Amino acid sequence: MTLVIGSFTIGLILSLLSIGVFISFRILRFCDITVDGTITLGASVAAVLLVQGHAPWVATLAATAAGALAGFVTGILHTRFRIQEILSGILVMTALYSVNLRVMGRSNVPLLDTRDIAAPLAGVLATLVEDGEALHLAGWRVPVQDMAMLLTAFLVTAAVAWLLHRFLLTQFGTAMRATGENPQMVRAQGINNQNMLVFGLACSNGLVGMAGALLAQYQGFADVQMGIGMIVWGLASIIIGEALVGKTGVGLAIVGAMMGTVLFRLLVAIALRWGLDPNDLKLVTAAFVFAALVLPRYGKQLVRKMLGGRHYA
Amino acid sequence: MLKIRNLAKTFFPGTANEVTALRDIDLDIEDGCFAAIIGTNGSGKSTLLNAVAGAFQADAGSIELAGVDITGQPEYRRAGQIGRVFQNPFAGTAAGMSIAENIVLAMRRGQRQGLRRAVSRKAREEIRARVRTLNMGLEDRLDNPIGTLSGGQRQALTLLMATWQRPKLLLLDEHTAALDPKSAAQVAALTKEIIERENLTALMVTHSMQQAVQLPDHIVMMHQGRIIEQYGAQRKASVRVADLLNAFDRVRRRDLLDPDVAALLARQYA
Repeated sequence: MTLVIGSFTIGLILSLLSIGVFISFRILRFCDITVDGTITLGASVAAVLLVQGHAPWVATLAATAAGALAGFVTGILHTRFRIQEILSGILVMTALYSVNLRVMGRSNVPLLDTRDIAAPLAGVLATLVEDGEALHLAGWRVPVQDMAMLLTAFLVTAAVAWLLHRFLLTQFGTAMRATGENPQMVRAQGINNQNMLVFGLACSNGLVGMAGALLAQYQGFADVQMGIGMIVWGLASIIIGEALVGKTGVGLAIVGAMMGTVLFRLLVAIALRWGLDPNDLKLVTAAFVFAALVLPRYGKQLVRKMLGGRHYA
Repeated sequence: MLKIRNLAKTFFPGTANEVTALRDIDLDIEDGCFAAIIGTNGSGKSTLLNAVAGAFQADAGSIELAGVDITGQPEYRRAGQIGRVFQNPFAGTAAGMSIAENIVLAMRRGQRQGLRRAVSRKAREEIRARVRTLNMGLEDRLDNPIGTLSGGQRQALTLLMATWQRPKLLLLDEHTAALDPKSAAQVAALTKEIIERENLTALMVTHSMQQAVQLPDHIVMMHQGRIIEQYGAQRKASVRVADLLNAFDRVRRRDLLDPDVAALLARQYA
């Protein structure tokens, strides 16, 4: 049960990352790898503010703003200074490594005696259970703190997903979607596609920063290395989500990204439980994304060749 | 009125690939005039259209539209007054978005995009009514992705979008060239109908001499980045396809002729 609760919680938190990656990769069609630095930035900012005694929601919002600022810088580098999109992301991501060290003052900030964003809900849940410490679900003992974090992650992610869906159906959101699809058409409709891109990247990285803040609060620490490979994680989740719900409709795509993240996290947890070396996790994730990107293109050809071979045999 | 003065543009200056696309272009298009630009490949027709649209900044010269100098304005700002239909039917619309979503962008062309629902009930009714005028049965498919439509249907919708809010200038860049003959004729007829009904000022690039003779009321002939001939309303009324082809033939022969030989012949037969 701990495995399931933990996987769901981390999955829901990382859903924010996947939604952010969904905005940059799928909506804006911008290959933004700032994300690897932004999630750490969000975690660092939140951790430092929490250690300083600020309220968890203040720390989380500040982390979101910091993430948005990083996305904004990537967007400016690309649109105003005409730096290639990949390189813009690499520059900001690399710079963020030093920024994160500066923010934290060292490579790791533990959150031992700090309140987290789920504390208010944990307090409420504690008053509802008999021993004040744990719930009993289907015979399993689930600590109140874990359940509160799961519910908080769900509420935050659901609220973000709902708001994003509403936003993408507005006039502004529709223009943002069109920017990724066809910037030439967008300009012809009198819309500044460059500003749209910068705004979209700020939104995307803002959500990733928020994911970092929640992850730090859940794990109890922020680490300068925690962002490595997160972009691939987000992509893998989106691909799984698209396999689950298809590619039609913005709302379904957002729900798909969330479902994909949770499922992917569960699969990873199961694989680790079955003996997968944690050191191999990034390699397996990258291989999965590679297969998901390549198989639809070459898989059909391969099947056709195989079938053709049988036909003429 | 569109007023272009001394417009010039050279791509890749100072390199081996240097191309002078526009040289000292002077052009006046009166309000309500439908002008066609014709010319050989590489003559600068589309470049001129793109310069007016603001796809790039010209090296020299000025562009004035309705009394306002738009030379320094970025493309998206000019779009508030200029409607465009591209040669590629896929260029004017966002394929993955629905017909209605594409059109709502055009409904607010040049205005701030707000946080209201884009495809509201009221907007949908307005879109349905206007799309019905195309007579393509698309009014019942407003939620379909525009990418599922044929090239002709997409180009007709792009034309509708470009003229949804009456533009001060409509730019048509060989907008029927990529269509099959039947669709091309349909879109051409629709173009003429909309331009006449709305009394629009329009600039159309075309390779079709037939279209140049039939559709517009003014013809601009370009060659090697220059305007070499103009057929205003009076001359245009009597011009035939053969006249245009002969004019191009004369230009081609002149190009082939060595300047020294031409001078010699001129002296001999003067």
